[in-house]
Amino acid sequence: MLASTAKPAPEAPALVVRGLSKRFGGVQALDGVDLTLCAGETMALIGENGAGKSTLVKILTGIHAADAGTVSVFGRPFAARSPRDAWAAGITAIHQETVMFDELSVAENVFMGHMPLTPRGLVDWGTMRAATAELLDRLDADVEPDTPLKRLGVAQKHLVEIARALSHDARIVIMDEPTAALSAREIDDLFRIVGQLKAEGRAVVFISHKFDEIFRVADRWTCLRDGRHVGEGAIADVTEADLVRLMVGRSIDQVFPKQDVPIGDVVLEVEGLSNATEFADVSFSLRRGEILGLYGLVGAGRSEAMQALFGLTRPTRGSVRIDGAAVTIRSPADAVAAGMAYVPEDRQVQGAVLPMGIRENLTLAGIAAGPLARFLSRDRELATTRRFGGRLAVKAATWDQRLRELSGGNQQKVVIAKWLAMEPRILILDEPTKGIDVGSKAAVHAFMSELAAQGLAIVLVSSELPEVLGMSDTVLVMHEGRIVKRLPRAQATPEAVVTAATGGGHA
Amino acid sequence: MSDQAQAGSRYDVADRAARSWGERLTSWESILALLLVAVFVVNGLLSPYFLDLFNLSDATFNFSEKALVALPMALLVLVREIDLSVAATIALASLAMGLCAEAGAGTPVLILVGLCVGLVCGTANGLLVTAVGLPSIVVTIGTMSLFRGIAQVVLGDQAVTKYPSGLGAIGQGYLVDMPPVPLSFALFLAAAAVAAVVLHRTALGRQLYAIGNNPVAARFSGVPVDRIRFGLFAVTGLVSGLAAVLLTGRIGSTRPNIAMGWELEIVTMVVLGGVSIAGGAGTVGGVVLAVFVLGFATFGLSLVNVPGIVINILLGVLLVAAIAVPVVAGRLMGRAPTRD
Repeated sequence: MLASTAKPAPEAPALVVRGLSKRFGGVQALDGVDLTLCAGETMALIGENGAGKSTLVKILTGIHAADAGTVSVFGRPFAARSPRDAWAAGITAIHQETVMFDELSVAENVFMGHMPLTPRGLVDWGTMRAATAELLDRLDADVEPDTPLKRLGVAQKHLVEIARALSHDARIVIMDEPTAALSAREIDDLFRIVGQLKAEGRAVVFISHKFDEIFRVADRWTCLRDGRHVGEGAIADVTEADLVRLMVGRSIDQVFPKQDVPIGDVVLEVEGLSNATEFADVSFSLRRGEILGLYGLVGAGRSEAMQALFGLTRPTRGSVRIDGAAVTIRSPADAVAAGMAYVPEDRQVQGAVLPMGIRENLTLAGIAAGPLARFLSRDRELATTRRFGGRLAVKAATWDQRLRELSGGNQQKVVIAKWLAMEPRILILDEPTKGIDVGSKAAVHAFMSELAAQGLAIVLVSSELPEVLGMSDTVLVMHEGRIVKRLPRAQATPEAVVTAATGGGHA
Repeated sequence: MSDQAQAGSRYDVADRAARSWGERLTSWESILALLLVAVFVVNGLLSPYFLDLFNLSDATFNFSEKALVALPMALLVLVREIDLSVAATIALASLAMGLCAEAGAGTPVLILVGLCVGLVCGTANGLLVTAVGLPSIVVTIGTMSLFRGIAQVVLGDQAVTKYPSGLGAIGQGYLVDMPPVPLSFALFLAAAAVAAVVLHRTALGRQLYAIGNNPVAARFSGVPVDRIRFGLFAVTGLVSGLAAVLLTGRIGSTRPNIAMGWELEIVTMVVLGGVSIAGGAGTVGGVVLAVFVLGFATFGLSLVNVPGIVINILLGVLLVAAIAVPVVAGRLMGRAPTRD
């Protein structure tokens, strides 16, 4: 509606999305989303992590099918069942992490899936090279068609992806955090190309967490929150503060209960933890009964720092003290012996052994911590499983049920129970409620609160702002590998946290 | 909320799953047991000499050495690794024993040399896989050529045949005379019992399953994944050394082509035994049954004068069929095969 009043539309808008919904298990990822995009304009799609942006992109590019709602592209109804369908309709996405073929040449990457053929059905290399060179030329890209992709830098790979989009004659180009790995000069180049695409009458969807970029490149914006469309308009009419408020706006206190408990002595002190590329100079201290929230955008280095702390990777520098005494942690076993537990971010890969049963998963950390040549007792294992599985209200038919057969929320409860059975003093929870249903989420939150009340010291790594703000006594914000802000609960407003996480607030 | 309030477990969870007789009967081990019965019945009908206690006990000489190596190999495959250098390790260990025998070493020294060379070979594989981080299939194809190559270069077209009689007593000897139980077979049974207890009853065994099913989650849970993998390679080498001692003693000579092609026969025992080549599933009982099926089928067919090449063809068909039938049947009955 705004779109039609903004310009006299000579033709149908490039993209019209109406009432799009998508559910994954217990999670409503998209709930009746609307979006309108005109040819020749750039639309910034904004929202927190988990707001539904990626799901929307995946539906538009044919990776997921929507449960309900309609999409039309240049007036034609569109229902992509595969990325190929999306290309045919003129939609291409350039992803955050480039998904390409490192061992193949630039030309092969550009034309993968639609290589020009000779009449005999063989690849027409000459035409392919020439076409690639022409596309790269249009982008002012200093890249040869025959160069193997692996020899290119990240920015050049982005250019190849854009060339690939153009090779499909994409009329709608979706850029999902395209600047995440680019230098300032490369970002300038990218924006010049966005301008060029617009001038050619193509429509661009630009997804970014960086407000300065949004204000530079976008004409209009659409904001999603919790899978819902919460606003749209012209960029010229809003300020950064308006957008932040829309992204996070909700009453946080009611959702996440963190009881006020007495905060005790310092248990864990981390000093100057660094590695070569992902995080630098991470220092913090953690007290008994405290929940320390670690917020940041995806790629800010939070998980990497926690994995180094837990002995999964080797930091290049840094020291750790527990109860004031220096400890050396070279392996997860050392960390466990020091009283630490780490519930990892990727439940399916790092947390759960899906083909094994609840009992076997729940007792694994305890078994790994003991001597190898010890006999197992099924009764003792069952007692542990009943106690901790029951405490977290794991829902299953039998304790031998394979984790693969449980819901995401119950899998996560088993993974958390595995670590609680170790009776740790320091618990690191990395995105503990990612992708689990609302009920399990509330159970996990209530449980965290209870554990803190019992004197456990907790680090909560989360990309979900309401969770961090609701659960944490102290919020640390990481940006590009460093802790850029430390906010006590009272000062941790959504605006302050998001501003720090997006690299703002220095001025 | 108190501990108890939460523990008033809102859900009733049974301690264990009820296992139906149907499931038990279609388990991989049951299928192998049936197959073994079939092997005995068919061979018993084909030849009057098959079901003779002395013949059967003689037959075990032909597979016990391989079967011994199949046990640690099963554990390796269970954790998604493999060691294709085992037969070459046997050759190298046998060569070292031969050189020492020619230098006049006695039986105890020869046994020690065989075991040590095996252990060194296994340790080398383990280091290349865990410390250097190379894929085991590549590493052990490489060391297979390396170990075998050394043996062939040193021996040329010669053979070592001057072994002390004590070694022969180990390779050809009996632990018990009546009923006749060969020493090598007794060692295999003992090793199988140890492997079964380790895999199915101890903390190490559980961690092997965890690594095989999800090495990343195992590491994140504190399982010393690389140390365990290294240990398994070392043990596989050591057991290969033991197989070299038994084999060298049994045939009384070392030739460049000793134990040629055994690695695949050993892997066949493991795979037919129901150890998933993708890791994470399998039992020692299954491997022991597969050893018997393969060993006695081969023996029975040779009793009725089926040529060795034809036996290979039949065993190949048996292996493919044994693996394909449950998958196909499972698909027809609309459920997953029980063996994963």
